Amino acid sequence: MMEDLSNYPLELTGDNVPMVRFLKVTKRYGDLVVLDQLDLDVAEGEMVTIIGPSGSGKTTVLRMLMTLETINEGVIYVDGKPLTHMEKNGKLVPADRKYLRKARSQIGMCFQHFNLFPHMTALENCMEGPVQVLGMKKAEARERAEELLELVGMSDKRDQHPSRLSGGQQQRVAIARALAMRPKVMLFDEVTSALDPEVIGEVTNVIRSLVEKHNLTMLMVTHQMGFAKDISDRVCFFFDGKIEEQGAPEDLFGNPQKERTQQFLSAVKEAD
Amino acid sequence: MSYIEFLKEYGPRFWDGTLVTAGQFFLASALAIVIALVAGLMKLSRNGLIRGIAVVYIEIFRGTSLLVQLYWIFFVLPLFGLTLPKFTAGFVAVGMNLGAYGAELVRGGIQSVPKGQWEAAYALSMSPMRRMWRIILPQAFVNMLPPWGNLLIELLKNTALVALISVSDLMFEAKQINGSTFLSAQTFGTALIIYYVFARFIVTPFMRWLELVMRRKLGRA
Repeated sequence: MMEDLSNYPLELTGDNVPMVRFLKVTKRYGDLVVLDQLDLDVAEGEMVTIIGPSGSGKTTVLRMLMTLETINEGVIYVDGKPLTHMEKNGKLVPADRKYLRKARSQIGMCFQHFNLFPHMTALENCMEGPVQVLGMKKAEARERAEELLELVGMSDKRDQHPSRLSGGQQQRVAIARALAMRPKVMLFDEVTSALDPEVIGEVTNVIRSLVEKHNLTMLMVTHQMGFAKDISDRVCFFFDGKIEEQGAPEDLFGNPQKERTQQFLSAVKEAD
Repeated sequence: MSYIEFLKEYGPRFWDGTLVTAGQFFLASALAIVIALVAGLMKLSRNGLIRGIAVVYIEIFRGTSLLVQLYWIFFVLPLFGLTLPKFTAGFVAVGMNLGAYGAELVRGGIQSVPKGQWEAAYALSMSPMRRMWRIILPQAFVNMLPPWGNLLIELLKNTALVALISVSDLMFEAKQINGSTFLSAQTFGTALIIYYVFARFIVTPFMRWLELVMRRKLGRA
């Protein structure tokens, strides 16, 4: 059965078009509802962090935005245009593969396990997208890749293969690789969870400098509450496929209103 | 006749046979690799028809005897208007047969590439073709090399069957020499050694070297 999408706008217009909008987005695996009628806006340049217990659907939010997961109901908009759907005869229909490929190029993603290409050097990893997908000249792509490796502090390792790099170094290259595509939105999916404690700082510092110096829209899923509190413009606490509570970090961490938020935060604090 | 005299007398014919066997081996290998790649990729296709064609191919060529396939290609196809020279029929049969085995290696190698690699390439908006060619296959290739080494040795030994359609390979020459000298031990002993040396000192070292080169490319060695 085709979902009735006539209530969803073909594109978002007006003064305050958010960079990302989830509009009544539902994701199910069989009978299990992972996300239930999610509404979430992220403004341009905003850094939004998603926290919550495992199974609360927080990683799914990022994966849907990367179009790695399909959605069952609702529409996701990026920069005012539908991401998951396309217009056909004045109506929204699920996007085809070609549309998705174009649409998702606005999004960059960093993964928990880095997923660098092992047969390429750090520099080649960062050039792959621009050359192969954007059709950029090699020299130009190399210049961009070198700049970005500089930005993440990995210039001296640019000719190394990932297997020669530590987890923290690999993750920094992965950030540079994603940035090389000049995305409008960056997604960080538990990017420090697989790292040894002593190298977490080098990755969080890179993200911090992105927040401070670049007007990039970012969504981050993390278990590092201190880091989330430091750099987020807004924090969303997910529980059971819904946003249970959201707000400025000092409010949400300092004075949580909902009982579940309080329970979660105190449980996390104990574990620390 | 001493063995030295035997080699002096028949050495050139063994050599000629070995060259033909080498030709069969290289051409059949090339064909097997191409077929394995195509059939292996087809088997992973989303399209049921494409997948079905690959399955049928693999089932037929893996599930029946190579010798029967060889006879089909050489003796039966001419009845349908396709006549191949015996040399061609020989390596085509061996290549198509081993290609079916290789297809499973290709499929397995591709599936052994971690899911994260597919997702990372997807996240860079790569098209499925580019992702396969630039990201997945190079990694799958490294994973496949050890079993391919085995398969190519198997292929080399299987080329001996082409003697049965009178391709003048090493086995064919050996049978001829045996027929005129009745020195079976010397004749088939020599053939045995040549096959072994070919496999052990040419095919295996080459595959090892290739593995090392590829691992170095991955920065693993």
